[in-house]
Amino acid sequence: MTTIRHAIFAGARDALPLMIGTLPFGVIYGTSAVAAGLSPLAALAMSVIVFAGSAQFIAVSLISGGAALPVIWLTTFVVNLRHALYSATVHPAAQGWGLRWRALVAFWLTDEVFAVIEKRLMERGNDALLPYALGAGGGFYLNWLTWTAIGAWLGQQFPDLAGWGLDFAMIATFAAMIAPQLRAPTPVVVALAAGTTAWLTRGLPFKLGLILAAFAGVAAGVWMDHRRKAREAAA
Amino acid sequence: MTIAALLAGMFLATYLTRASFLVFGHRLRFPPALKAALHHVPVAVLTAIIVPEALAPGGQVDVSLGNPYLLGTVVAAVVARLSGHLLLSLGVSFAVFGLMRWW
Repeated sequence: MTTIRHAIFAGARDALPLMIGTLPFGVIYGTSAVAAGLSPLAALAMSVIVFAGSAQFIAVSLISGGAALPVIWLTTFVVNLRHALYSATVHPAAQGWGLRWRALVAFWLTDEVFAVIEKRLMERGNDALLPYALGAGGGFYLNWLTWTAIGAWLGQQFPDLAGWGLDFAMIATFAAMIAPQLRAPTPVVVALAAGTTAWLTRGLPFKLGLILAAFAGVAAGVWMDHRRKAREAAA
Repeated sequence: MTIAALLAGMFLATYLTRASFLVFGHRLRFPPALKAALHHVPVAVLTAIIVPEALAPGGQVDVSLGNPYLLGTVVAAVVARLSGHLLLSLGVSFAVFGLMRWW
């Protein structure tokens, strides 16, 4: 029993630095969601039900841009597809967990929670991994809900925040997230292809241009990968 | 747009990816080509969102250094690229944006 409690606590403790790191994003998400026209309750409900930081951010910017529901759903799916990789990584260690627990850990499997679980998996293997994952996932979930609620409350208290450039906060965050990756040629080509397509298709309704641009970027990336492999094979 | 439909669809789109292997397990295999393609998704999607918003904020095309959205976004990207520090670059870019907008 004490081992289980200890592992839950260890998971929450190891997730703590990442929880603090998401503070500004949770608050900005909550505030922006309200500024984009969602009610504070709806903004919080999205964190409770969907629990996917980057997808929630993107959804809010799509909502304020007047995107159609299927575009938002498809974008969410494409942005979150990488989580299937996390699911595949944790799966071998989770075989003895029981369906209910696997379903719960899956719900909490964000980028941050996966990073914490994977590190533990590398260092300690399967030893008390389930309670550890529950501590990390549950802690991170409560943390995200708290910052979202505070942000949504701020957005409601100061309705003028929408005019203060919160839309800028979003795109600045996105730009700062991808810029460090633009060192190698491939991500630069991906960004150029996606950015150009997005610019040329920006007049399309329902933000359909976003989907086209995303596919153009990914296609350019796959093409660059092929080219590199072909060159390596030739060398 | 109904909030219930928005959230239900986003929940499914998110949960299906995370539950894939953990819940449906052995019947799945992750195609290596898809794995390689996924690697490019964040840069593609985020750039696709940034570019129109920075070059034409609110739908008005403004490709000039007097456009706070454009200059602020460039500053955020440059500081992040040079320092590797996300929060620092956000702080600097918010300051630039704020100064341009309200000074």
